[in-house]
Amino acid sequence: MGYVAIADRDHEIEHHDPQTFITKYVWSQDHKVIAIQYAGTAIFVGVIALILSAMMRLQLGFPDQFSFINPENYYQFITMHGMIMVIYLLTALFLGGFGNYLIPLMCGSRDMVFPYMNMLSYWVYLLSVIILLISFFVPGGSTGAGWTLYPPQAIMPGTPGVDWGIILMLASLAVFIVAFTMGGLNYVTTVLQARCRGMTLMRMPLSVWGIFMATILGLLAFPALLVSAIMMLLDKTIMTSFFMPAISSMGVDSGHTGGSPILFQHLFWFFGHPEVYIVALPAFGIVSDLLSTHARKNIFGYRMMVWALIAIGGLSFIVWAHHMYVSGMNPYFGFFFATTTLIIAVPTAIKVYNWVLTLWEGNIHLRVPMLFAIAFIFTFIHGGLTGLFLGNVTIDLPLSDTYFVVAHFHMVMGVSPILVVFGAIYHWWPKITGKMYNETLGKWHFWMTFLGTYSIYLPMHYLGFAGVPRRYFAMGNTEFMPESAQDLNAWITMSALFVAATQVLFFINVIWSLTRGPKADPNPWDATTLEWQTPDTPPKHGNWGHDLPECHRWAYDYSVPGYEDDFIPQNVAADVAPAGRDHGGAH
Amino acid sequence: MEIGLIVLAIMLATLLGWLLRQSFNAQPWIAEPVEESASQAPFNARPKLVALTAFLAVATSFFALILSAYSLRMELGDWIPLTEPQLLWFNTAVLVLASVAFQWTRNVAVSGRASQIKPGLLLTGVLTSAFLVGQLIAWQQLNASGQYITSNPSNAFFFLLTGVHGLHILGGMYVWARATVRAFGGRDAAAVSHSVELCTIYWHFLLLVWLIIFGLILST
Amino acid sequence: MPFAVVLILLVVGSLVFHVFSPWTFTPLASNWGMIDFTIDITFWVTGAVFVAVNLFMAYCVIKFRYKKGARATYEPENKKLETWLTWLTAVGVAAMLTPGLFVWAQFVDVPEDAHEVEAVGQQWHWSYRYPGDDGKFGEVDAERISADNPFGMDPDDPNGQDDVLVMHPEARVPVNQPVKFLLRSKDVLHDFAIAQFRVKMDLVPGMQTYLWLTPTETGRFEVLCEELCGIAHHTMRGAVVVEEPEDFNAWLAQQPTYSEINARVAGNAAMGAAQYAVCAACHGPQGEGLQALNAPKIAGQSAWYLKRQLQNYKSGARGAHPDDTFGKQMAPMAAMLVDDAAIDNVVAYIQTLPDNPPQVTVDGNVANGEKLYRVCSYCHGAEGQGIQAMNAPRAAGMTDWYVARQLQNFKDGIRGAHPTDFYGFQMMFMANVLHDQQAIDDLVAYINTL
Repeated sequence: MGYVAIADRDHEIEHHDPQTFITKYVWSQDHKVIAIQYAGTAIFVGVIALILSAMMRLQLGFPDQFSFINPENYYQFITMHGMIMVIYLLTALFLGGFGNYLIPLMCGSRDMVFPYMNMLSYWVYLLSVIILLISFFVPGGSTGAGWTLYPPQAIMPGTPGVDWGIILMLASLAVFIVAFTMGGLNYVTTVLQARCRGMTLMRMPLSVWGIFMATILGLLAFPALLVSAIMMLLDKTIMTSFFMPAISSMGVDSGHTGGSPILFQHLFWFFGHPEVYIVALPAFGIVSDLLSTHARKNIFGYRMMVWALIAIGGLSFIVWAHHMYVSGMNPYFGFFFATTTLIIAVPTAIKVYNWVLTLWEGNIHLRVPMLFAIAFIFTFIHGGLTGLFLGNVTIDLPLSDTYFVVAHFHMVMGVSPILVVFGAIYHWWPKITGKMYNETLGKWHFWMTFLGTYSIYLPMHYLGFAGVPRRYFAMGNTEFMPESAQDLNAWITMSALFVAATQVLFFINVIWSLTRGPKADPNPWDATTLEWQTPDTPPKHGNWGHDLPECHRWAYDYSVPGYEDDFIPQNVAADVAPAGRDHGGAH
Repeated sequence: MEIGLIVLAIMLATLLGWLLRQSFNAQPWIAEPVEESASQAPFNARPKLVALTAFLAVATSFFALILSAYSLRMELGDWIPLTEPQLLWFNTAVLVLASVAFQWTRNVAVSGRASQIKPGLLLTGVLTSAFLVGQLIAWQQLNASGQYITSNPSNAFFFLLTGVHGLHILGGMYVWARATVRAFGGRDAAAVSHSVELCTIYWHFLLLVWLIIFGLILST
Repeated sequence: MPFAVVLILLVVGSLVFHVFSPWTFTPLASNWGMIDFTIDITFWVTGAVFVAVNLFMAYCVIKFRYKKGARATYEPENKKLETWLTWLTAVGVAAMLTPGLFVWAQFVDVPEDAHEVEAVGQQWHWSYRYPGDDGKFGEVDAERISADNPFGMDPDDPNGQDDVLVMHPEARVPVNQPVKFLLRSKDVLHDFAIAQFRVKMDLVPGMQTYLWLTPTETGRFEVLCEELCGIAHHTMRGAVVVEEPEDFNAWLAQQPTYSEINARVAGNAAMGAAQYAVCAACHGPQGEGLQALNAPKIAGQSAWYLKRQLQNYKSGARGAHPDDTFGKQMAPMAAMLVDDAAIDNVVAYIQTLPDNPPQVTVDGNVANGEKLYRVCSYCHGAEGQGIQAMNAPRAAGMTDWYVARQLQNFKDGIRGAHPTDFYGFQMMFMANVLHDQQAIDDLVAYINTL
């Protein structure tokens, strides 16, 4: 007795179609609606975080020109900007948003395996967002400890939000982890159990692989954050000493004794480094599919791509202390972690080569999603290469805690994933909404975002070389710093404001498309993967109509010799040579 | 962090081994008829079991990381080993019995003797509740003897570990309660049986976690 | 096509920017040239990859752009090419990692003959300790830290008696001698970083960390805290002055040791009374201040602050700026106090004067002032009472017009710009947050309510 996919029991399972508006769009258990709820909420908080970054850039570019920015709220801005962007935007958007939308459709299933838990996951996520937003309004405001929340400083006077802000922050993170775990269990189980007939693991599109691996990383890594959050809450509220040593703060003995701040850093980065890949792996997967589809060519070296994803995921758990080279931990750890960190460059480089080689001898359509995808390769190469500076323990000595670090991680973890997010939204927009977007507006949006962000972050590396420390409210007079560093900062701020403003184009495009956009073709890009073969666009509840699809081939049958069309959808039988274009979908 | 790393390495290696047995050597670009490729997948589990397994991996990671923190914190100067309340031995025995009772209930459920499920479930519930109450009394005893959570990191870790372990059991009790209500409602025998099976695994897991925690506390 | 051109332009532009950027590493002033060398290697390797991969990509975008009727090649994988690329990457990575690990081994291994200096961090100041003639540091303990014992020294430890305590953020070290900085924090994480020396390390409360280097250039090098340590993180500056060994030894000999500090006699108020006669002419017989003569109230101000300011006036750290009209009047007065003992005496006398609330002269929006004061309260205290551990003087209950003027002076760089006015330097940052006269008035009006 072999594998019995849930697919084979399809007709035994009842699907209750939601009847009312509330069950359809609010308390919905449909993965597509939940995906949109997740994505909408994530983008909403992302916009808040974008505004926070604009505020801090105003101070850095034009110090002390704006009366609404002072050192206290500046540090609150940077903290909340970082935390929101990393956790509440990128993690939630890639896994809760794209994961939810794509996994069942790409795997050929009707929904997530546990739709109720999936719904719960979103609402608990929303709760965590609400707790986070409340922390802006409590006495003392939100925490200003930096997104890493290092103790002792995160819970000692001298840091903003030390009364309520930090408690709400930690509580919000704990709630988020609960939400993520509920979602994550669903994604993993769905990928493992609910694939349609014929969808072997090695036939899955790389998007699913990326999301799948990222979810596994998240499930194993988020507990580290939970543990450190619980322990810090105890240190803060009932004066245990997990992380807190004996301290004389502002002339007053804190009452703690013997704890280790380094212990927190180990736990935090044990989560924190995999978190980088929780964001990056889905982006890797999605961008692979965009490149292949729009270049009309199979992804180059699919098997290598899958194994590179797995290798990166596994290695990401043994590199965490490269964030701690100058933390005061045992310096001999540096040898080990520098080596593992640079080893991780090899599978990452392989992925880059394979993306570029996918373009080689392709037939490249430079549509909006493809522009974003290629731009991603460019920024990711840049961000990846600067990672080789910081990962190499010796070079980290002068560069850590400077703007070089800020530039590096924004390039690799900010700009690159966001380019993929936009590329993916443009790519799947016709399927999600059934409407086309405005190509011209999309291209404008692309150019301004891509060139604008590069003009922010390329120069920022050089501030780091010059020695400008990160997390400084103002540089003031610093003898070794050329005066012109301030001009560069002003330029970066103007670029940042420009990029932030041009994101309006995206929202205009969304509104334009929803109100006046032309009806979209079910498969406008001639893509092979299953989500483009649904009987309805946008797909209805249950996705596939009466019969589930069957998968007969991998996701990358583009330009196969001997076929008239330059693509063969995954659900086309192996022995059938397609004659025309109209074979997609179950009938 | 070694403990966390080792546990994680084992879990990742398991996953990797499983993936390797999948279709690593397949040449995915070669289209094949459905039946053939479907039979390559050697996986025959149920989604709830898979989800439970995944959750156990999460919980393992969670406990392993606390234990990593425990071992790191222990090496700092101010650690005074905890004097364990003797009651913990009794609690341990009760939890072992709860696990045994659940295993018995499972065997009964699988073999279809539905009438015996109810007493089995009740017995498990009583034993597990007794364990939780016992843990609370152990807390009381520590507090009464002046060993507060803030007295020493060993105390803090004891309260933390027993606390999160107890919370995990409470979560299990929720599923147990649903199964029990269903069993007494007399409907959906298959669902009850499935619940009991999953709970049994979970109870064994938490027993194992407790034995490790208890062993660690005793030995340090 | 335009896309490919843009990609090429970005690659070329990045290279041009790199070559012509005026923003680059500050000139090296330590033995860590090997770090710069490792960076150079990494630049060459990563630069080559950056150019090669991106130009190849641009080429693909041009050459294989969509053409009607064209068809992509079908090639699932190419094992040979992939293996080849993997090995090439591995070689590049090894080329960067090897020197990195080699240099790190040197960094971890401190030379036997390195002399030791302890840098102590706290929110938001540096101070330093030298081991003294015996070459050994005395025991310290965070729980012993107090206003009188800011280093937390163990008074009974014989090794600590000759430790030299430098209670301001400027240390000195001899040139061309390896030095090991032992790093200790009293409260939160800090980071001891000097750009010209290339190395940095965190200070972690509850433990001691270290770094070592051999300064190769003389001069004054700024110390920046580079680990977020609270709202005044950016003001936590210090300096290491590298000088010839004989200058260094002379300087070190002048610094007080722990036992000398303990042996100091407290100021004598009776002796200070005579000297105060000069002060009374402007500051009033009760130290109540006189606005007409631009003399602030000094009664009720903390002794440590009065002493520091008198020393600053004497040394020229304050009152030397050409625009500091009233400070210039004070400087010669302070110079009349011949030594530290005289200063202690007069300060002791001032402590005996009655602390009467001064007249309110500044009017402003108290509600707005309260918002502005939040930032101040971190150091000066919620009641404006001043906190010695933060080096922040009392602000409430003092002459308000004077507080307002000093804020303006800090803002204008009239006060605090002198390199040895360490704490005034910090106030320059903070005063800049007040945008105009109105903001200063509002703030001072609020302080009047405290």
